[in-house]
Amino acid sequence: MIKKILVAAMAFATGNGLFAQSNPVAFTGATIYPIIGKPITNGTLIVQNGKIIAVGAASLKIPSGAIVQDASGKIIMPGIVDTHSHLGGPEGGDASAALNPDTRAFDAIDPTTDGFKKALAGGITTINIMPGSGHLMSGQTVYVKMREGKVMEDIIEVNEKGIYGGMKMANGTNPMRGTNGFPGTRAKSAAMDRELFVKAQEYKAKIDKAGKDSSKMPERDLRLEPLVEILQGKRIVHFHTHKENDILTAIRLSKEFGFRVVLHHVSEGWKVADEIAKANVACSIIVIESPGGKLEAMDYSSTNGGVMSKAGVLTGLHTDDGITDSRLLIRSAAVAVKAGMGKQAALEALTINGAKMLDMSTKIGSLEKGKDADFIILSGDPFSVYTKVEQTWVEGKKRFDISNPADKAFLVGGYKVYSPDRAEYLNHDDEIGVQ
Amino acid sequence: MKNIVRSIGLSLMFFPLAVMAQTAIQAETIYTVSGAPIKNGVVLVKNGKIENVGTAAEVSIPKNYTVITAKVVTPGLVDARSVVGFSGSLNIPTDQDQLEKSGPIQPELRAIDAYNPEEKLVAYVRDNGVTTLHTGHGIGALVSGQTMVVKTKPGKIDAVTLVPFKMLAMTIGNPVENNFTSPGTKAKQMAMIRTELLKAQNYLQKQTDKDTSKRPATDLKYEALGKLLTGEVKALMTVNTSNDIMNATRLAKEFNFKLVIDGAAEAYRMIDEIKAANAEVILHATMARNGGDMVNMTRESAGILTAAGIPVSIETGFEAYVPKTHVLLHEAALAVAYGMPYEEGIKSITLTPARLLGLHKSVGSIETGKDADLVMYDGDPFEYLTNVCKVMIDGVVVTDSCK
Repeated sequence: MIKKILVAAMAFATGNGLFAQSNPVAFTGATIYPIIGKPITNGTLIVQNGKIIAVGAASLKIPSGAIVQDASGKIIMPGIVDTHSHLGGPEGGDASAALNPDTRAFDAIDPTTDGFKKALAGGITTINIMPGSGHLMSGQTVYVKMREGKVMEDIIEVNEKGIYGGMKMANGTNPMRGTNGFPGTRAKSAAMDRELFVKAQEYKAKIDKAGKDSSKMPERDLRLEPLVEILQGKRIVHFHTHKENDILTAIRLSKEFGFRVVLHHVSEGWKVADEIAKANVACSIIVIESPGGKLEAMDYSSTNGGVMSKAGVLTGLHTDDGITDSRLLIRSAAVAVKAGMGKQAALEALTINGAKMLDMSTKIGSLEKGKDADFIILSGDPFSVYTKVEQTWVEGKKRFDISNPADKAFLVGGYKVYSPDRAEYLNHDDEIGVQ
Repeated sequence: MKNIVRSIGLSLMFFPLAVMAQTAIQAETIYTVSGAPIKNGVVLVKNGKIENVGTAAEVSIPKNYTVITAKVVTPGLVDARSVVGFSGSLNIPTDQDQLEKSGPIQPELRAIDAYNPEEKLVAYVRDNGVTTLHTGHGIGALVSGQTMVVKTKPGKIDAVTLVPFKMLAMTIGNPVENNFTSPGTKAKQMAMIRTELLKAQNYLQKQTDKDTSKRPATDLKYEALGKLLTGEVKALMTVNTSNDIMNATRLAKEFNFKLVIDGAAEAYRMIDEIKAANAEVILHATMARNGGDMVNMTRESAGILTAAGIPVSIETGFEAYVPKTHVLLHEAALAVAYGMPYEEGIKSITLTPARLLGLHKSVGSIETGKDADLVMYDGDPFEYLTNVCKVMIDGVVVTDSCK
């Protein structure tokens, strides 16, 4: 299935002419934050056929036939990776079960959602779109690039493991509904998770034993197949968790079953940063304007980014859109810096660290030769309120340009700019109480 | 005035040294708001009031004054509309007092009976520069109840209250229909509120009857609505769509009450109508979610309205979930980043809301004789990386966070 989609994706990609850009484009005069490597003042970035072909100082030779774009006074950095978003309406499981490994956000999302315009206006080029946190396991997440897309195959991004999504899990109060087979306590939550993983281990053992003998293969099981991918280390678990004890429970489960996990939100991460670092578990954190709004987030602190990155935790940032706005993820980095995170660490959290959390760091997350030409042009210092994302480029194509009024409208809003059916709110609709 | 005297009395009890001390604040830039910014300036504070303000050359610092230095000083911030102290940060039923759902029209619900000055978010917004808070009953009912104005300094409710009944919180729009089975339509919303306002008119009229036996028995609902009709309080009407803004202005005209348009997501489309109605505007948080009745909001609203000559007060408003409150300073910062002139941005969270609340003689700008409510910063107040270092209320430093 995965292979089929990969082929389909490539077919669509070629068909849409994504790699049609034959002339190189050179951006000159900018301060370039390659993320891996030191900032380059008066730098040059050259892209061609969707890839970065060179990045360096002003002395870099610009190939003949290149289109040159003067970016003097601007900042160029990699496109932002949002490791946790609900844009596009990624419904996962329904109320019939607490564990829904078989449901796919892929099947639910509207690839033409205007929410993606919002992401582009915020400089976001890659997104992990996840179903919500109202289940222990709400379903498979989907990794997308902000290419122009009509169907999901246009925008999915297959990673280094040959997969285009992770698995959303959650603990703490959100999945604890206490009715209809949902857990009512934390211990029951973990027990139900463990029971499923034990089944998956048994299923995987049968597959391993069968080897290449198809007659011995167990029957296909849509619920267990993605869990086998998790146990094989291909599919990453994205684990919504807030409180210290829930954070440690998520880590305990990942150690017991040997699955790779990224912790999400991690409101009390500052309390257990050393434990998280020692467990070598990555954290994708949220930055919010004030503590609370739910009991589990009462001890949220904007120092999370600083405390955890300094403890050695691979730390990323996310929007959780519609909890925070895709147009302001870069602002979250600034808030984290204000609360003690290093500037370089914050830039990494927006880019390469997120790429690592999605198994994509060989393709995206930094400006290096051979990587995808996903980058943004900023009007100034990334940590200034006055700075705007002026252009967002995805695989060598300009997808957002603030000088284009139609694009700018998605940045600022306005009359009938956004559809009233905001599908991306579905996951938090009840909680937010949209006005 | 009595409240202010009382609050100083309490402050004396809590912070005897701090209040007794006279303070001088030296700053690279002082935004007085009432006048031009002062470079290399000094503010003198004595007995909880601003004693003097000017350049260092104009204002010499007396010997016995404690000196505080800051990069930038602004007046204490005034949040034009919030539910902090009513909608608690825990977000559990027992700390949610902003909306009573037993009926859609309950003007008799007093803010002073519900405000929780010890709510964690009160300290949180204070630490972020808010010294005066217009808070109270929330959005989502035709009339949800009364609002009040408080200072955010530590203290018991009576000591921190400036105005116990400031406005009537009203809403027209989809949120009302989500909270009640009736009204279930827009026309019904208007019919219900008009019916009650008409009854209030009758109630007021009968109260003046020469024959005292014909006067009606005291009715708390109509007493409260009556204050709206007599002009004693303003209507704080949360209306976001263009048609609801018109509904609000028609209602204000029909019943001749003072109208504050709150939320105002589409006010940028209704400039002439708002001016004609002589309505004041409190604008939604710049970072509010653009969904529901606010789907057509723009981050350029503050700039557009200001340019059109409509004074803008920015609010933090209401949030049902995470984050439980916006931060006023950050909302004005974004408004400035999206086109509001810089000093207008400061004004939108100080003097303009102070005027709207009728408190401009005591708060909202740095002028001699006003309350010594000041915020001190280590840089441009609107910049992401700038810290609110000290907050002073009535001459007392209540937040000191850049040690």
